[in-house]
Amino acid sequence: MQSVLEVNNLRTRFRTQDGTVYAVNGVSFSIDEGEMLGVVGESGSGKSVTMMSLLKLIPMPPGEIASGQAIFEGNDLLDMKPDELRQLRGHHIGFIFQDPMTSLNPVLTVGHQIMEPLRTHLGMTKQEAAARAIELLELVGIPMADQRLKDYPHQFSGGMRQRVVIAIALGCNPKLLIADEPTTALDVTIQAQIIDLIKRLQKEFGMAIVWISHDLGVVAGLADRVAVMYGGLIVEKADVRELYSNPQHPYTRGLLGSLPRLDGTDDKLVNIKGQPPNLRQEPTSCPFAPRCDFAFDRCTAENPLLEQVNNKGGGMHEVACWWDIDAEKPRYDQKS
Amino acid sequence: MKTKEVLVKVDNLKKHFPIYEGVIRRQVGAVKAVDGVSFEIFKGETLGLVGESGCGKSTTGRTLLMLHPPTDGSIQFKGQEITDKTGQEMRSIRPDMQMIFQDPHACLNPRMTVGSIIDEPLREHTNDSYEERLKLVQSLLELVGLNSSHTNRYPHEFSGGQRQRIGIARAIALKPEFIMCDEPIAALDVSIQAQVVNLLEELQEELGLTYLFISHDLSMVRHIADRVAVMYLGKIVELAEKDALYGEPQHPYTQALLSAVPVPDPLKEIDRERVILKGDVPSPANPPSGCRFHTRCPIANDKECVTIDPEWREVRPGHFAACHLID
Ligand SMILES: Nc1ncnc2c1ncn2[C@@H]1O[C@H](COP(=O)(O)OP(=O)(O)OP(=O)(O)O)[C@@H](O)[C@H]1O
Ligand SMILES: Nc1ncnc2c1ncn2[C@@H]1O[C@H](COP(=O)(O)OP(=O)(O)OP(=O)(O)O)[C@@H](O)[C@H]1O
Ligand code: SF4
Ligand code: SF4
Ligand SMILES: [Mg+2]
Ligand SMILES: [Mg+2]
Repeated sequence: MQSVLEVNNLRTRFRTQDGTVYAVNGVSFSIDEGEMLGVVGESGSGKSVTMMSLLKLIPMPPGEIASGQAIFEGNDLLDMKPDELRQLRGHHIGFIFQDPMTSLNPVLTVGHQIMEPLRTHLGMTKQEAAARAIELLELVGIPMADQRLKDYPHQFSGGMRQRVVIAIALGCNPKLLIADEPTTALDVTIQAQIIDLIKRLQKEFGMAIVWISHDLGVVAGLADRVAVMYGGLIVEKADVRELYSNPQHPYTRGLLGSLPRLDGTDDKLVNIKGQPPNLRQEPTSCPFAPRCDFAFDRCTAENPLLEQVNNKGGGMHEVACWWDIDAEKPRYDQKS
Repeated sequence: MKTKEVLVKVDNLKKHFPIYEGVIRRQVGAVKAVDGVSFEIFKGETLGLVGESGCGKSTTGRTLLMLHPPTDGSIQFKGQEITDKTGQEMRSIRPDMQMIFQDPHACLNPRMTVGSIIDEPLREHTNDSYEERLKLVQSLLELVGLNSSHTNRYPHEFSGGQRQRIGIARAIALKPEFIMCDEPIAALDVSIQAQVVNLLEELQEELGLTYLFISHDLSMVRHIADRVAVMYLGKIVELAEKDALYGEPQHPYTQALLSAVPVPDPLKEIDRERVILKGDVPSPANPPSGCRFHTRCPIANDKECVTIDPEWREVRPGHFAACHLID
């Protein structure tokens, strides 16, 4: 399978008045054609900043991309000029933000906002774009689509607005769709509608999707592979079933253990003690060490890198941890 | 089996918010946020209250505590009707009924130290000396897992989970019998949610507390509650022991709601049957005729479902629901 996007060693920081925030600290991942990559992690772990850095959607300054490469169709996104990126975005790369209102302009009609990229990127005439806009709105399940082109965003409910945003993001048939918590603000029954929709659309169009979420349940049902972020790093990455059935990183284990089960099989929820890291320093040791029950001397001395581990089911499974949680011993020999 | 002493009894409770329009602010309608709900909360139990955004969970909780007057209906606390109490009479009942809110930031005064925040209800409702109160405040901080020497710090010096602990310490300061918890963990990170829920469970055991636990997280409610009520558009549509409610949901809305909850297990997700509901929740200012759920219900008929409001009845022992088509 060919990869659509390959990101290497991305580092993003914010130089603020009260010091530097090390938001993304060396993130690497790739995504294949037609694949769905789930990105999970707690608030502040760097999920949004990672994806927004790729298209330079972070405010710069204070934001600053300190290193990295992001190869999309042979070109490094991080080397591109702003208007080249603008060309890509909305055409070959679609972006859905958590809050639909950040993607929608409140003073323009929904029809205008869907048609605009179709006309600029695909060179459609007004009539062609209008016809396509109606098709797209129908596709995302908006009733009486032809009558709604003239409506403004505030005339739609939250779930409907997110559908409009999806219609815009899909308009030019992108190769890659980045969806940042697209259902977090929605009710579960509306979330189920949107997930159902995205699944159908992916089957139909075959685009690659990065789906950011802090909900491990949503990702379990959607993703092919999952990356777990903590403290601006990917700490574990594996095929979806492998990750949920055989988590290797203590943080991933803790996170899965802290979730109550809908079938009521949990007894007491597992606490992860302590607080998330504050990101005021570049990590020189394992960022999870202060909260980790398995930490030993190496953890506070060196920051582990993502390495492939042997897994029972075969396939990819990478973890950044010095401790072999199953064998109950250090994963690697200590450096001499 | 617990002896089932009723602590809170709510009967046909309604809370309508008037809608005004125009320069002379004429009333043109009302948001029927809570529109006739009845339930009991037993002493020592946790009643979960779930439902989608805007269905009236918070309004039910707030009205129950008489934070705003009900439009209609009765609320009994320990056998006493409280809807007709004067402000002065309520003052003596308040210490027994406390609350914890979603946003720990909004309900903690940023200019007050943590010590004085927790001390405030003690100052107001007890005659204890400063020293006695300080000792109590310190022991409360320890009880909720915070450092007792932190009384002089300000809320912004604490994380979200720690601030929620401060809110809990304040809520239990007067040894209440009943706490209404409105989305107490919604603003917290997953790993911190477990800390707070575990704390609430420990305190319940230690102090014999009774909770109304409002949440839209159905998995968490199954974990913490004994019985669960499901709300839709201002009405409770189903109420049962949690295992019965999650295991054998009777109402079509509960069934759809449960099937929509994603579970963190890819093997289970693969062959889960989902009921995908059509459309959006209608406006509570203008609820549908008949059964309020009929516009989205997958099995609605075009007869009584559209014309008659279904009766709230016991469809199985201890299992209540409002739907024409449950036999
Ligand atoms: N404009 C900014 N200025 C300063 N710091 C920022 C800025 N934007 C983000 N950060 C910081 O970068 C870190 C990573 O933030 P990011 O938004 O990527 O987190 P996230 O994983 O998406 O979290 P959430 O689940 O809350 O969306 C956080 O500590 C955040 O405070
Ligand atoms: N003070 C108020 N004035 C007017 N309308 C109100 C008021 N408080 C709530 N409402 C309306 O009453 C309905 C129920 O609101 P409520 O806050 O009880 O819902 P909820 O179930 O708690 O929702 P959420 O899950 O979003 O917290 C909503 O339509 C809301 O807009
Ligand atoms: S490297 Fe050490 S501290 Fe970090 S997660 Fe692994 S065992 Fe825990
Ligand atoms: S009464 Fe009718 S519309 Fe209402 S839930 Fe039952 S079947 Fe559905
Ligand atoms: Mg984010
Ligand atoms: Mg509420």
